Amino acid sequence: MGLHTIRLNINGQLRNASVRSNTLLADLLREDFRLTGVHIGCDTSQCGCCTIHLDGEAIKACSILAVQAHDHSIITIEGLASSDGKLHPVQQAMIDCHGLQCGFCTPGIVMLLVDFLRKFPNADEWSIRRALDGNLCRCTGYQHIIDAALKVVTNNNPKPLNSGQGSDREKDV
Amino acid sequence: MYDFTYRRPRSVKEAEEFLRTSFEPQLLAGGMSLLPSMKVRLSAPSTLVDLSDLSELKRVKVENGQLEIGAMIRHFNVLTDAKVIELIPGLSELASGIADHQVRYRGTIGGSMANADPAADYPAAALALNAEFITNHRRISCDDFFLGMFTNALDESEILCRISFRIPLASCYIKIPHPSSGYAMTGAFVAKYEDGYQIGVTGAASTYFRHCDMEIALNNGAKANECLKIAAPDNDYISDIHASAAYRQNLVRVVIANAIEKLHSLDS
Ligand SMILES: Cc1cc2nc3c(=O)[nH]c(=O)nc-3n(C[C@H](O)[C@H](O)[C@H](O)COP(=O)(O)OP(=O)(O)OC[C@H]3O[C@@H](n4cnc5c(N)ncnc54)[C@H](O)[C@@H]3O)c2cc1C
Ligand code: FES
Ligand code: FES
Repeated sequence: MGLHTIRLNINGQLRNASVRSNTLLADLLREDFRLTGVHIGCDTSQCGCCTIHLDGEAIKACSILAVQAHDHSIITIEGLASSDGKLHPVQQAMIDCHGLQCGFCTPGIVMLLVDFLRKFPNADEWSIRRALDGNLCRCTGYQHIIDAALKVVTNNNPKPLNSGQGSDREKDV
Repeated sequence: MYDFTYRRPRSVKEAEEFLRTSFEPQLLAGGMSLLPSMKVRLSAPSTLVDLSDLSELKRVKVENGQLEIGAMIRHFNVLTDAKVIELIPGLSELASGIADHQVRYRGTIGGSMANADPAADYPAAALALNAEFITNHRRISCDDFFLGMFTNALDESEILCRISFRIPLASCYIKIPHPSSGYAMTGAFVAKYEDGYQIGVTGAASTYFRHCDMEIALNNGAKANECLKIAAPDNDYISDIHASAAYRQNLVRVVIANAIEKLHSLDS
């Protein structure tokens, strides 16, 4: 109960906020900082539309308290492109491969893929499909999203790959 | 979600203090089960004691020949930790199938065990790996820790700190995931030791159980196809719109046989 004063780094800028214990991080980002690219599709940890990075890791902003983000650093979709407006390679690949239609799921999918492909730069198709388990898209049927992710992998690896790094473990279950 | 008082202790001692002195406290680990249940007001603690800063609960180490995993170790860490992969690969494999990438960054092994969801994955491993639950007060054996659906043996000021697992020669986990939630409709963890096999089953019944007939058959040299013939023991199997009790009971032998086959293929 009561208010907590928190300090956090949002998209590269130090910010302060005053939050109630039960304020969700997604609500803080949307309501107080107007970062409305953090979409809320379900509010029950299922859809992944609210995915952001907390200290570089893709998490669901609807499932963490704002006060828990005190002293941490956050990147939202708004902070992904470089300051000169050049899109992140994952964003560009989504456009090139037609990875979005209505766009509601897109910020979450992009944030997920940026983190996943950073951890597993040689990921294969199956492990990318598995990585998208927590992101729902009602429009695309996913194929073009997978194509976009695979395009990023190919661009990361000019030479042909034998097998996906980290993918066996993801694949077996 | 109702409002509550939020506390973030810096040591287990301080956390215990908060548990003792606060009104209606509850521990918060990854929040992946607790926060959703607070949103729908199934839980309404007056105080949340957040364990995130307790580095004492975030270690993986080998202790007296057992693998000890801190309660605040997240599913993603279990999946990627070099010691876990080397010593109990089945556990890392299990963690890779829990929830999704985002949830695996938050959810913890301690939170999952303490939550004791009948369809959670880790408890199958706990049974097969003779887990011991180490709290701020005592050590609790696996048989005594899980008391039934969503209930564990911890008392009000008790904090699960570490879980200690026996290290098997080989291990593997297979589940039939619920197509939407990913939780185990039935999951089996099989561990092979010098002195025999141990099998833990989750998801099928209201409590986790070992399949002793199957263990005995395996100790006597049964192959995977022979295991298929061994029916699951009578139990309080779960029946819901996704699967009837009879269907789940049948899945038990199928999932175990698949796990054995996989274990043998890894072994050879
Ligand atoms: C979309 C989604 C899909 C999921 N799919 C799966 C799945 O496929 N398989 C599966 O097994 N699980 C699944 N889960 C659950 C997930 O694994 C949770 O992380 C886990 O059940 C709870 O862990 P937590 O760290 O988030 O605990 P919390 O939610 O923070 O806490 C859960 C409970 O445990 C208590 N607790 C936590 N830590 C301690 C401690 N150290 N000592 C004493 N008590 C403690 C809390 O007070 C609370 O009652 C899923 C969750 C989500 C949101
Ligand atoms: S809004 Fe967070 S997962 Fe759907
Ligand atoms: S593009 Fe519409 S939900 Fe994915």
